[in-house]
Amino acid sequence: MTNADSSSFRLHGRYRELAPHLVPLDYTNNPDIRVPPTLIVTMPELKENPFRDRIVETFSEDGHGNLSFNDFVDMFSALCETSPRELKTIYAFKIYDFNRDNFICKEDLKKTLNKLTKGELSPEEVLLVCDKSMEEADLDGDSKLSFSDFENMVSKAPDFLRYGSTSSTTKRGGKSTWLPLHNI
Amino acid sequence: MYCTYPTTHVESVTCGSRHSDGAVRYLSWVLVVEIEVDSDPSGSDDEGTQRRPNRRQGAGRGGAKGRGRGKKPPSEDEDEDEEDEAPRGRRPANKKKPAKKHGGGDEDESEDEAPKRKRKGAANRKKGGKAQDSDEEDNDVGKGKKGKKGGGRKGGKEAEDSKGKKGDAKGKDKGKDNDKDKKKKKKDDSSSDSNSDSDEEESLSEGEMARLMEEVEEKKKLIATIRNKPWRMKRRLLNLKEAQGFVDKFEGALGKGKGRKWFAYKVMMKKKWIKFQRDFENFRTACIPWERKIKEVESHFGSSVASYFIFLRWMYGMNLVLFGFTFGLVVIPEVLMGLPYGSIPRKTVPRAEQATAQDYSVLMDFQGYCKYSVLFYGFYNNQRTIGLLKFRLPLSYLMVGIGTFGYSLMVVIRTMAKNADVGGGDGDEGEFTFAWKMFTSWDYLIGNSETADNKYASITTSFKESIVDEQENQKDENIHLRRFLRVMANFLITCSLGGSGYLIYFVVKRSQEFANRTDLSWYEKNELELIMSLLGLVCPPLFETIAEMEDYHPRIALKWQLGRIFALFLGNLYTFLFALFDEVNTKLEEEDSIKNASLWAMKEYYANYTFMINDTDSTPPPMNPADIIRGPCWETAVGIEFVKLTVSDIQVSYLTILIGDFARAVIVRFLNYCWCWDLEAGFPSYGEFDISGNVLGLVFNQGMIWMGAFYAPGLVGINVLRLLSSMYYQCWAVMATNVPHERVFKASKSNNFYMGLLLLILFLSLLPVVYTIMTLPPSFDCGPFSGKAKMFDVIMETIDLDLPAFLGTIFSYAANPGLIIPAVLLMVLAIYYLNSVSEAYQNANMELKKKMQMARDEEKNRRNNTDSTNQVMKDLEDLLPNRSFMPPAPPSKPEKMPELEAKPTKTKPGSAGRGVNLQRDVTLASPNPNARGPVSRPPGPRGAGPAPGAGPGPGRGRGRGPPPR
Repeated sequence: MTNADSSSFRLHGRYRELAPHLVPLDYTNNPDIRVPPTLIVTMPELKENPFRDRIVETFSEDGHGNLSFNDFVDMFSALCETSPRELKTIYAFKIYDFNRDNFICKEDLKKTLNKLTKGELSPEEVLLVCDKSMEEADLDGDSKLSFSDFENMVSKAPDFLRYGSTSSTTKRGGKSTWLPLHNI
Repeated sequence: MYCTYPTTHVESVTCGSRHSDGAVRYLSWVLVVEIEVDSDPSGSDDEGTQRRPNRRQGAGRGGAKGRGRGKKPPSEDEDEDEEDEAPRGRRPANKKKPAKKHGGGDEDESEDEAPKRKRKGAANRKKGGKAQDSDEEDNDVGKGKKGKKGGGRKGGKEAEDSKGKKGDAKGKDKGKDNDKDKKKKKKDDSSSDSNSDSDEEESLSEGEMARLMEEVEEKKKLIATIRNKPWRMKRRLLNLKEAQGFVDKFEGALGKGKGRKWFAYKVMMKKKWIKFQRDFENFRTACIPWERKIKEVESHFGSSVASYFIFLRWMYGMNLVLFGFTFGLVVIPEVLMGLPYGSIPRKTVPRAEQATAQDYSVLMDFQGYCKYSVLFYGFYNNQRTIGLLKFRLPLSYLMVGIGTFGYSLMVVIRTMAKNADVGGGDGDEGEFTFAWKMFTSWDYLIGNSETADNKYASITTSFKESIVDEQENQKDENIHLRRFLRVMANFLITCSLGGSGYLIYFVVKRSQEFANRTDLSWYEKNELELIMSLLGLVCPPLFETIAEMEDYHPRIALKWQLGRIFALFLGNLYTFLFALFDEVNTKLEEEDSIKNASLWAMKEYYANYTFMINDTDSTPPPMNPADIIRGPCWETAVGIEFVKLTVSDIQVSYLTILIGDFARAVIVRFLNYCWCWDLEAGFPSYGEFDISGNVLGLVFNQGMIWMGAFYAPGLVGINVLRLLSSMYYQCWAVMATNVPHERVFKASKSNNFYMGLLLLILFLSLLPVVYTIMTLPPSFDCGPFSGKAKMFDVIMETIDLDLPAFLGTIFSYAANPGLIIPAVLLMVLAIYYLNSVSEAYQNANMELKKKMQMARDEEKNRRNNTDSTNQVMKDLEDLLPNRSFMPPAPPSKPEKMPELEAKPTKTKPGSAGRGVNLQRDVTLASPNPNARGPVSRPPGPRGAGPAPGAGPGPGRGRGRGPPPR
């Protein structure tokens, strides 16, 4: 219990240090506080991640990337190492689903690819890669990836568990960001 | 954390739940269910009107009760309260007007409370027990035993509720709530509130206990797995709080609940373990030498370039072991325990050479002091044992010479086998090459901008590699033209190979002539090395240009290129070797005469001494070792040739990098500011890393080491230094001065082609060495084997003198051809057998792969067709005359959809503790009802019910299935 508490305090500390002027220490009145995405993505865990904006958006309740502390904790718990593969898959799907239509369509793939390669591939190459990925993973032939397609594909990936969306703790920072949810 | 979130005050609501327990306490759980079922129908009708009053009543009562009860021992009521806190309003109503009421009443409030309830639902599922299961399965039908309570209302609600899942969840919750409510109701009816409390506590029937336990377990499970649910934090917290409250209360009541600490401990240990594993992994990676360098190169230049560096590292490792053997067993013992320099003729520079023995140019040619040092064969003495330890140096020398080959063969073959095991194909076997790269390649652990840049580069590179592969697959071409060009290219290359071979032969012949002359210019002295290096410089680019015509996939082109340059180098090497053998033969002839002269001179010396002193008794002082006439010592000569070749090879390759890459890069980079055309994009541009040349350089160099190591033990040391320095030098050069290949291609997973070349050259270099050991007589006055007829006589000698006699006889039997020939035969047979077995496996492997591919295609097709078939079938159904109830179908459809989506939600968490709510989450982001269709349609039931809109049958079947994978 204490362990978890302390880690939650730490997490809140991290949350607060992102925006000290916004986040109070006292939650007794249940204030509705949200930290804007521009501040969230400066965290060392996210600042190098090509999908940082999408991650923040995905976890924010309002969909614009403003994170309440709840959302913040949510994010850490989903990204943390011990969270199960299924959960990660779900969130990964949502992260890659840029236009939030519950399908990963070609446009999403293009965006993903451009973020991954910093736009270094030529348009033809991008097209080729998107077509091939779609062809590979799309099992129901609707030329967009549904969650089941995605899950099927990802579950066969050898190292998704380890490197897919694993912990957002940096090797450098080494801050453990455990979610205190499992303290019975 | 949750302390910051004040729990809502649930106390007031609590009372209701308790009653049910009291009422039912005599009945088993099953009975309870039935009773409820019975009671429900009546209630369902009047829900609308009574709802409001009830609730108020309930609330009032609840409050009173709660207060009155005060600290009363924990009872179900309380937890129930907590659980139900969310639907607080509902609860009171329920009390009186069980199930039905909920339905109606809930609707209003439920929207916001949905999540909580759902949670509850999950937790309570067990409570619901069988009833619930059935409920889930056929919601629409009768709602099973629970039936009426949830039933009618639920259906209605769902219809109204566009948000499918939520509705479903609610439904479930309601169901549970209903259970409780009903119980409560009964209680209320039967007894007064205050009484009921005490009653309950006193008399918990067995069934109650069991049920409680079950619930507690359920809650615990929920608590344990709540992290894994894709819920928003608010929901989680609420759920958690409820569950915790429940467990707290009841664990005490049930006399258990010591598990918490243990669980927390386990979780903590798990975390620690994971962290430890990661750290250990990092540590292990850090222990692999140059791993970071290589990864960096790989991320910018692709796996093909990296494969060279990996090969280089492997070579370094192997050479390090050889170095250990050679120096540990030969060089160092000799230095420590052997006779010092100048003690005997072979360890002394001859008088004639002493004047120039320290000149730089002489030393650079490995003459003078270099020649008479431990680096070369000739320095070693033929004393059987040296030092206090009685170290058998000659034996050790021979064994190390042979052991070098033995070890190398073993390592190469083992590595090849391992690679074949790991790698197998050429990399493109994954069915999701691109998709995996797209979705799983980013490493979320990266927090360092430099690492991130490398990762971007490596992802881009790997995409490019796969793109090249893909493009090659799609390429179609004029096969005849291509064939013609390929034949032509091979012809041209064969010609140039032959030409260069002849050139080398010619030069070697000439150098033998030069060897007899003394007035040599610098060019003439170094002609051989120069020509060979020049050929090595000119031919590979030439081959590469010719190979352009062939237009192979770059990976295959690399193999061809490797093979051709290998042939070139091999030709060079062998021409060089034959020339060397000529030289050795002349030296051997020369040696015979010198040997006589030397003996004669020695005799003369003694005779003269005796004559001059006139004293036959006195022993003459030994001759100065520098003055004794020496043989040519062909072994040392051969060793020197190899060392020289190696050193010149090092110089040439380093200079090539310096000039060809570095100077070029500098010029291109800085002259570009003031040049008439764009140097970077135009003609000279930057160099590319020459994989084939470098790999072959390495292989060829290693061949020379293997051949020369026997005659020059120091060569291994030189080679280790070379590999070490070239690792750093080339890594730097490639990162600083080269650009990636135009078509970055993926190296084959196993480096077995490189290894194959290495094995070949190992075998080829084994031949001459073994030949000399077995047939040529060693020099009479230098080296560890001097004085013996053959080098391997050392072994015979050891067997005879040092081993017990019977071992000698065993060896002599073992060396009998009658034994060796059957042994060889047996081995051949074994090889044949194993080979055919492995072929059979390979075939089986291919078959399986094909089958897998086919299965996958089939599945794909089937899924593709499902839709279309369904469409067709749908149309067909529409046309059927007997489908008179078809009209209602359209309206029923919207109803169905939510169910379809919702059901998996229920089943999932129930089925497994981890309970991640897949379907649910997908919708969670943004409900998109029209898009749902294809997702929730697993392929299975297609046969059974082809028409989705046909009726309840297919819909149910589909809904029941697990979420599609």
